[in-house]
Amino acid sequence: MFLDTHNPLTDDPIQIMDQDGKLNEALRPKELTDEKVKEMYEKMVFIRLADDRMKKMQRSGRMGTFASIEGQEAAQMGSVSTLEKTDWVVPAFREQLAMWMHGVPLESIMLFWKGNEAGGKIPEGVNVLPVSIPVGSQMLHAVGLSWASKLQGKNEVALTYFGDGATSEGDFHEGMNFAGVFKTATVFLCQNNQFAISVPRRIQTASKTLAQKAIAYGFPGVIVDGNDLFAMYAVTKEAVERARRGDGPTLIEAYTYRLGDHTSSDDATKYREKAEVEAWKPKDPFRRLQLYLATKNLWSEQIEADLKAKLQPQVDEVVAKVDATPDQTIDELFGYTYANLTQNLANQKAYMKHVTELQAAQKGGANA
Amino acid sequence: MVQAINLALKQEMAKDKTVLCYGEDVGVEGGVFRVTEGLQKLYGDQRCFDSPLAEAGIIGTAIGLSINGMKPVVEMQFSGFMFESFPQLMCHAARMRNRSRGRFSCPLVLRTPYGGGIHALEHHCESEEAILAHIPGLKVVIPSTPFDAKGLLIAAIRDPDPVIFMEPKRVYRAFKQEVPEEEYFIPIGKAGIVQSGSDVTVIAWGAQVRECMKTSDEAKKLGISMEIVDLRTISPIDYPTIFNSVSKTGRVVIVHEAYRSFGPGAELSATINEEFFGKLKAPIQRVTGFDIVYPLLRSEDLVQPEPVRILEAIRKVVGK
Ligand SMILES: Cc1ncc(C[n+]2csc(CCOP(=O)(O)OP(=O)(O)O)c2C)c(N)n1
Repeated sequence: MFLDTHNPLTDDPIQIMDQDGKLNEALRPKELTDEKVKEMYEKMVFIRLADDRMKKMQRSGRMGTFASIEGQEAAQMGSVSTLEKTDWVVPAFREQLAMWMHGVPLESIMLFWKGNEAGGKIPEGVNVLPVSIPVGSQMLHAVGLSWASKLQGKNEVALTYFGDGATSEGDFHEGMNFAGVFKTATVFLCQNNQFAISVPRRIQTASKTLAQKAIAYGFPGVIVDGNDLFAMYAVTKEAVERARRGDGPTLIEAYTYRLGDHTSSDDATKYREKAEVEAWKPKDPFRRLQLYLATKNLWSEQIEADLKAKLQPQVDEVVAKVDATPDQTIDELFGYTYANLTQNLANQKAYMKHVTELQAAQKGGANA
Repeated sequence: MVQAINLALKQEMAKDKTVLCYGEDVGVEGGVFRVTEGLQKLYGDQRCFDSPLAEAGIIGTAIGLSINGMKPVVEMQFSGFMFESFPQLMCHAARMRNRSRGRFSCPLVLRTPYGGGIHALEHHCESEEAILAHIPGLKVVIPSTPFDAKGLLIAAIRDPDPVIFMEPKRVYRAFKQEVPEEEYFIPIGKAGIVQSGSDVTVIAWGAQVRECMKTSDEAKKLGISMEIVDLRTISPIDYPTIFNSVSKTGRVVIVHEAYRSFGPGAELSATINEEFFGKLKAPIQRVTGFDIVYPLLRSEDLVQPEPVRILEAIRKVVGK
């Protein structure tokens, strides 16, 4: 429906709900009942609360550098909600919501960014790859995952996330090309948040849109209003269904905005105008959903306050668990380089243990 | 060190119109560590600019630029992302002179922050000098102080061959040191003796030089006099300076953050053994990183060399 009619060279981003929360009912996906939308909104709020909390923890030294999701909640919620449990999510490093929705505990996500390897462990049965920090590298893995599914007749789709900056990397183009050639069930979801750290989107490519790059690889590319939960859901759903049918990959450009700094070590005021950020604020995915839900009597300041009062303790509970989780032991640090510990590593492990004892003895000595 | 490198870049750009600085976020932002801050304002966006996010693109174009009369001094935002550019570095930058029998060369500089100790993310902490030094045709330089950083960078920019300039990010803002305004060089391929001593030659570079200095007082208390060699250039290695020191002390400890196996310590140790077989008073000791994936920040201190480990190795070779 959208995929065969949209022209990424000329068309505006696909939109179902406008900036003021007004819905084009004709295009509304039937699964997105008001109740369902309310539930999705609440989950977005939960992740935003967790994100705020992580920022605070980072400032007080209890969390490492991490990339906030602020502003991209609808792009992730709309897209990831279209998947079956057996499908794959292949994230970059800003996909807290997509990872969590597809089964990664928030606790793991926080532990990883805190710098504890325990957070990298994805629970059995959850088809999500770990965070991938080298920009643009993970899309090829998604192609491989969906290719394996095809070869084994498993009917799984792989949905991979990346930013506008990632489209400049060679691996992105190789991933798109392989997916096109082998007609894999891959959905490429580019969250164009307009920046790669300080570098604006126009410096990444002379193309008018990112979506149009799909044309060259022989499959559909579409631009979607990334802050519109309905449009993100509807378009991704179509791409996922197309992939599952065996018709091949799709590139979706979710047109959105990074409302916050790149990461907690960045200061965006150095390179972008306040006015630009202000201009994007009315398009905020939360605000739009609030306006919509309010017309259905499903949102008000009071409902919001009650919701936050309910969710905050849930975030606190996760944080308490994260704080209480011990760092990796030396055995754990050496446990995953290979399937079996080599003799060389066994020796090095023994040496590391010896060193920690020596250090402890020294410290004890110094204190005495 | 950030300011020292920035000063070297400013002065070289003023002096030589062919010097260009580009890479991810180096223009408006002045680099994520602010090393290129102010360059775009001073020299315009034709000489200091942001590139698309593509490491192979950065190095590949620097090869063409350098063959055709420009002096690209490009930044890899973190050394861990250099691997994206490896085909260009290994297959072309390092070989162009040889392949073209000297007709073409690539006098480019690749600057990159490397190493651990600042509690950064995955891929932001490794020390890749051995991987680079293994490639014939590349020079690999690592300053340990602001003063050296300026002198070595100027030498790197004027060098006729591709130079990988690795900046220990832990030293970026670790301490202050007077850096002269005027131009000076520290020659590539020359190690420095940062402390003379008589009992043991301790070879280190980058952030580890300071760890060795910190060890020195404890060693002195035990009656051990350390001679500390700051290698400064990983490739080509300055063997005359090392041999000179080892003939005096007869004992060697090598300290590096890089993984142990096939690390620079192995190369140094092998060559020293070839020269001094039978004359060393004790087997050479290495204090290095471990052969495991570099841990995330909560556990990173466990893999870093530090005075307790260094002192233990020194005591072993000295027998005290
Ligand atoms: C290969 C590689 N090069 C550089 C970096 C440093 N870096 C981290 S995030 C980033 C910008 C990414 O921009 P984009 O792909 O648009 O994603 P966003 O951060 O906007 O979500 C850069 C340059 C990296 N992580 N990996």
